[in-house]
Amino acid sequence: MLPTTLDEAVSALSAVPAAVPVAGGTDLMADVNSGQLRPGALVGLGRISEIRGWEYQDGHAVLGAGLTHARMGRPDFAALIPALAAAARAAGPPQIRNAGTLGGNVVSAAPTGDALPVLAALEATLSIAGPEGARRELPVSHLLANVDMLRPSEVVGYVRVPLLHAPQTFLKATSRTGPSRALASVAVVLDPMRRGVRCAVGAVAPMPLRPLEAERWIASLIDWDGERGLAPEALSAFGEYVAMACIPDPAPEEGADPASGPVPALPPAALHLRRTVATLARRGLGRALA
Amino acid sequence: MTDMAEGPGAGPGGAATVPPEPGPGGNPLPPSSRNEPEPHGLGASVMPTDTYAKAQGTFPYAADLWAEGLLWAAVHRAPHPHARIVSIDTEQAAAMPGVRAVVTYADVPGDSAHGRKVADQPAFARDIVRYFGEPIAAVAADHPDTARLAAAAIAVEYEVLEPVTDPEVSFESEPLHPDGNLIRHIPLRYGDPDLVGEVVVEGLYRIGRQDPAPIGAEAALAVPRPDGGVEIYTASTDPHTDRDLAAACFGLPPEQVKIVVTGVPGAMGDREDAALQIPLGLLAMRTGCPVKIAVTREESFLGHPHRHPTLLRYRHHADAEGTLLKVEAQILLDGGAYADTSSDALAAAVSFAAGPYVVPHAVIDGWVVRTNNPPSGHVRGEGAMQVCAAYEGQMDKLAERLGLDPVEVRMRNVLATGDLLPTGQTVTCPAPVAELLTAVREAPLPELPKDAPEHEWLLPGGPEGAGEPSAVRRGVGYALGMVHMLGAEGTDEVSTATVKVSGSVATVMCAAVEAGQGFDTLARQIVQETLGIDEVHVASVDTDQPPSGAGSRGRHTWVSGGAVERAAKMVRTQLLQPLAAKFGMSTELLSIADGKITSYDGVLSTTVVEALEGKELWATAQCRPHPTEPLDGSGQGDAFVGLSFAAVRAVVDVDIELGSVRVVEVALAQDVGRVLNPRQLRARLEAGVTQGIGTALTEHLRVSKGVVRHADLTVYALPTALDTPDIRIVKLIEERDVVAPFGAKAASSVPVVTTPSAIASAVRAATGRPANRLPIRPQAAVGTSQPGV
Repeated sequence: MLPTTLDEAVSALSAVPAAVPVAGGTDLMADVNSGQLRPGALVGLGRISEIRGWEYQDGHAVLGAGLTHARMGRPDFAALIPALAAAARAAGPPQIRNAGTLGGNVVSAAPTGDALPVLAALEATLSIAGPEGARRELPVSHLLANVDMLRPSEVVGYVRVPLLHAPQTFLKATSRTGPSRALASVAVVLDPMRRGVRCAVGAVAPMPLRPLEAERWIASLIDWDGERGLAPEALSAFGEYVAMACIPDPAPEEGADPASGPVPALPPAALHLRRTVATLARRGLGRALA
Repeated sequence: MTDMAEGPGAGPGGAATVPPEPGPGGNPLPPSSRNEPEPHGLGASVMPTDTYAKAQGTFPYAADLWAEGLLWAAVHRAPHPHARIVSIDTEQAAAMPGVRAVVTYADVPGDSAHGRKVADQPAFARDIVRYFGEPIAAVAADHPDTARLAAAAIAVEYEVLEPVTDPEVSFESEPLHPDGNLIRHIPLRYGDPDLVGEVVVEGLYRIGRQDPAPIGAEAALAVPRPDGGVEIYTASTDPHTDRDLAAACFGLPPEQVKIVVTGVPGAMGDREDAALQIPLGLLAMRTGCPVKIAVTREESFLGHPHRHPTLLRYRHHADAEGTLLKVEAQILLDGGAYADTSSDALAAAVSFAAGPYVVPHAVIDGWVVRTNNPPSGHVRGEGAMQVCAAYEGQMDKLAERLGLDPVEVRMRNVLATGDLLPTGQTVTCPAPVAELLTAVREAPLPELPKDAPEHEWLLPGGPEGAGEPSAVRRGVGYALGMVHMLGAEGTDEVSTATVKVSGSVATVMCAAVEAGQGFDTLARQIVQETLGIDEVHVASVDTDQPPSGAGSRGRHTWVSGGAVERAAKMVRTQLLQPLAAKFGMSTELLSIADGKITSYDGVLSTTVVEALEGKELWATAQCRPHPTEPLDGSGQGDAFVGLSFAAVRAVVDVDIELGSVRVVEVALAQDVGRVLNPRQLRARLEAGVTQGIGTALTEHLRVSKGVVRHADLTVYALPTALDTPDIRIVKLIEERDVVAPFGAKAASSVPVVTTPSAIASAVRAATGRPANRLPIRPQAAVGTSQPGV
């Protein structure tokens, strides 16, 4: 089934409850091909032209869920939302970037989805199309945290993100030089109007993490009206703060006597992950403020 | 049918030593030119005939096989690494519509166990499951999905047992197999075991589990024969051994089982996997229908053998000048559940434990033990690769301890022709180790990118990555490595080839499988060279031909190439003898080139076609290299025929905060004996270096308590084009090995063995960290001195 509008797609999904929507198919088809998933039918979203572009709406960009990573990586898009463009360019080899979509990245909700920390930092909201022309808005973080879920026959239509007109960065640590999944990723966006720094850490937990206290603390140090730069020590401290918040020390056991021994240390791999997050956050903020 | 010990005889250049001929720009490989006529003969860059078919996707691989009315097979694999099988219930699966047969251990009519060295591996697990993914049963059905669902519907009741996953624990644990947990122990004693050097350095090294990860996963088609036998079409690289193993399990004489080799989609030894062909053949004979299987990538990861994970403890003794006195080593290979070819890997590991260095005293103990980890077996450079990482790590340590240049320490100890290995064997082949090391040391280093605009730097982490120039440190590391090229320890390394000439066309029949190593092209080149005939066809391989042995260690260049040359020379004699008799001269005075036969004085000139007078000429010959002997109770013996050496210099950039590593350049100098096909040689060397980069940095199949995690190519990270650096082949030393046909040495595996050690050495130089565990994880490449922001 190849609907050409969002409502047609919703109707098709309502008519065949066993059907599964497929956009780029870079996650879904791998499961189908390996035999892990046997959908009764597929509803292709690739012909819905209304979700393959974007438009502007009172200081926000409304991005079609069918935007491919390749499209988002282009310079015109990068001028609007630099961090999302950087995430899109890092989202795999060209074959994946040409097919994989923004909406697919959100719905698959893989911990390593590169767009997700950026959307979390931007506090993006989703516009979801439902039966009989219904539309509802949902913060992307609610979907990723399973606070709210897609209901039967609903399709993600648009992703609404603020246009902040300020530097943004997305940095990703990988195990090889060629395209690969993130070991950890950090998105940093500046919001000069609200004098805020927003940061999200991807791949270290099932969903992107927001170190809110660290964000507030560092935003209070920045001279928003002058040179925004910060001392290296402040950047390092921000990195450490973010990393400690996202990868905390294990809590001492309930009722354990603090004097009975040291708190169990994190395993070396987790310590390395924390160090990686700290480095990425420090570099990400440093580049955003440079 | 004599052996080839006297050398290549009247071949061009004879057995003489040819000095290396460096080409322009220090690159010994001549540039190819489109305007020249089609290259032919030895030493030319002859194109493989299947290149275009492979590039265009029309080359038939095993997964493309088809037969009318075929059934599809699927294998039920164990979900536990170690368990007792209480019961197997196939009733539900067999009753499913479309299912035609289900087979388990009870349906194996012949020998219940098979194995390349020791018959210890059951075709299907019977009472005990010994590794995660071990086959329990197989299903044939009329649709691949039906087969897969039916395989999943087989109900097996297990009593889960504690898996033994630490090879050190395996020594003391309950036997995992009736044969015991110790597959082999080699205690090598050479010289004075009690000697103590002035300087002693110690190290502990670990090598991970590399998967061969062939580009095409395993596939096969079995067709029942009217005589009760079966024909199996598959991408085997050792078809005769596979046939013998399968026939024994089927309870049939070998003549009733035929293996036909189809297009091989990449091989590193993993294509000698009888475990797939046995269930398939049983299903074909049971159903009377052709049965096909094409495994998923996940099954491929589970089923085929991996590189032996290895633990190595080393102690090097040297004098104050850095001259090695003694090497002590304990080498422990994780063999997985079954013996397979592990004893060969151990022999290589123990024999080459000191590397290409002169060591007057050695105490080396090697063990390979059973565990419930995934199976280990043939992977390029098995045994030799693991010890190379350790002895080169030790050389770096020794240099650091003595405050010497790492190259200088190596140079003071290098092996040369005439020296002894710790096995007591004299190195009789060319061993230009010092020359190789000098070549990589003198090659100019790649420039730092400091003058290029920053956005053009390819930093660790790749384009769009997180790399920060201020945190990037460059390191340069060196390594020497060695491998043996033929089967060792008394293996009968024989190959048989037939050459036929009819009209202006020659045909080669030889059971040496073209697995991408270029044997078919080499066979054509040999016949072109010997008979002056340009059009040479290489017949496809099946087990009705005489055996040529396994395709590992590049041995076909030697044994099968030698057999082809011998057969071609016999045809040449048959062709020239009547002419020579007619003109009253010896055949040596006649030469063949470009399809023309000319006498030494140019008086006689005729064409090959005319000389044939419409006859077909056939000749069959064998090549059997020097016999070898098994290592004795103290690891002594002339166990190897040919050795090959390489020197590698690796240059890496490390982001010392994130621990991400990018290999900037690999410079390789190799002892190749003689270049037979420059383009093919370059491709093989580059492939070997690239595989070595995977071994060094990313390739490790993760296993948790014996259960394979992430059996896919997303997490199992192979090197991509961005991970592959500039590969500079700085020198190819062409010092002919007089006992090798054409004087050529196998080339593919020594870069695989040596490159990882050079990269580890470079990471050490960049970070100050020990890098004693391969692959090098990012946390092990984080620098000791944290820079500022």
